[in-house]
Amino acid sequence: MKETKYWTWHMFAGVIILVLLGLHMITMHLNTILGLFNPFGGEAIEWANVAARGKLVIYAVFYIALLGIALYHGLYGFRTILFELGLKRGTQKFINVLFVVVGLGLFVIGTWAAIKFQTVAQVI
Amino acid sequence: MTDIEQKETDIAFYIRRYVPEKDAKPFWQEFTLHVEPGMTVLDGLHRIKQTQDPSLCIRYSCRMGVCGSCGMLINGTPTLACNTQILHLTKSRLTLASLPNFEIIKDLVPDLTSLFSKHRDIRPYILREDKEEMLNPSGELYQHPDELLNYLQFTYCIKCGCCMAACPTLATDPEYLGPQAIPQGYRFSTDTRDGGFALRKEIVGSAHGAFRCHYAGECSNVCPKGVDPARAIQLMKRQLVLEYFHLKKWQKPGGPLGKPEHAERKPEVPDAPPFTV
Amino acid sequence: MTDSKKYPNRLGLTGWLGGGRWGVERYLYTLHRLSGLGLLAYFLLHILVTSSRAFGMEAWERWMGIVGGPVFRVGEFLVYLAFAYHAINGLRLVLIELGFAVGKAEEPVYPYRSSVNVQRPLMVVAMIVVVVLVVAGGYQFLGLSH
Repeated sequence: MKETKYWTWHMFAGVIILVLLGLHMITMHLNTILGLFNPFGGEAIEWANVAARGKLVIYAVFYIALLGIALYHGLYGFRTILFELGLKRGTQKFINVLFVVVGLGLFVIGTWAAIKFQTVAQVI
Repeated sequence: MTDIEQKETDIAFYIRRYVPEKDAKPFWQEFTLHVEPGMTVLDGLHRIKQTQDPSLCIRYSCRMGVCGSCGMLINGTPTLACNTQILHLTKSRLTLASLPNFEIIKDLVPDLTSLFSKHRDIRPYILREDKEEMLNPSGELYQHPDELLNYLQFTYCIKCGCCMAACPTLATDPEYLGPQAIPQGYRFSTDTRDGGFALRKEIVGSAHGAFRCHYAGECSNVCPKGVDPARAIQLMKRQLVLEYFHLKKWQKPGGPLGKPEHAERKPEVPDAPPFTV
Repeated sequence: MTDSKKYPNRLGLTGWLGGGRWGVERYLYTLHRLSGLGLLAYFLLHILVTSSRAFGMEAWERWMGIVGGPVFRVGEFLVYLAFAYHAINGLRLVLIELGFAVGKAEEPVYPYRSSVNVQRPLMVVAMIVVVVLVVAGGYQFLGLSH
């Protein structure tokens, strides 16, 4: 039943990502039309806009949530594809460990960046 | 399909041969056969065996889509040779090969051992706790006709292996239970007389169980009996997810109905013969 | 029978792509995998690149300069295509795999109508939504709106 647990959360993670990533896409790409969270206008990836968003605590929370959920969904999906290649037990175990390490590593990097950026952006 | 005007004609049969004693790998052999309207692929193979090459190896039993012995890859689709009329499919050429995802024993004969062992793994029978009642039944088990309809469709499986030949997951993962076994697990777990879901959920919810299905829908497209394995697998996943959230409605299988009250046995009806096993 | 050697007839990876006369859903399944892999590859890089913002304005603008070229612009659009497809097809799969869109078991009467036929309207609607999203996104992404 372990696989049931993993798969169920993989699926719900997908639905949550649809919402969060949809918001992310709207912010980043409908900037000229809606201008959400882009106080300085222009491109959404301009430093001033990025910094303005980075100051908001809610934005850090949003990014960390999206980061964790998407990493789980993506790496579990990749694991599914790899496991369906009919791998040996040892290889499967290695992939499990590797993905947990890579996933946690990237989660730490992304989380660190989101929190650190709070202080960086405050200075501006 | 039947509206097409059918005339007898010469059809080129391309058959994938493999003789384990001689060949390292399968090869294609061409036969030309005069085909009449109404002739099935199995008829054609018999005709070739009679008139051209007696060494051609096929497996069949009933010739009428009941036994599931003659499943093969016909023009790229896994289906029953006895159930397919040649002129419905083609006017010029026909390719025949053994079912993929199964080992080839010889020529057009696949080894269905993996199908049967997976089928056995999911316990394809009624599981109950009242062992004594099962050995010496005291009456019938009640089931409403609507409850029968919940699983009736999946009982028509003839174990021909067409679904497993069409499945993309089984193309790479030999351990996947597959579209034959999981629907049978669902069929028995949904039966109101059965109490075996707690056991089967461990098998079907395992790493090579129902979650290796991603709904390519191929098994349902090729099933010659309309069993619709893809539907059963999705319904099985639903049960597994509900069970994970403790939302599944557990129903203890009912006991046998007693003897009817206020009814008398008609004198002319003889007694049932005693049990033989 | 156990003495003779059998030929392993497993299709292998070609079986994922579909061998010939397969239904539409088979190709959607393959595309879902490919788009998922593409999105994951982008996402892992995206985490690293955008984390550069923690090092301040210069690091950020250097990285944005590297990934701002026309090649990356087209690449970004491919990522958006994958996102639109993977998201909408994923929703369809959630509905199917939780048993909402496959219908109830029914008596098979020839010509058989399987769950694949039951979900077909959902599939068509999902693909229309994908096309609409892709067209609208293309208008925005490839700079046609400016």
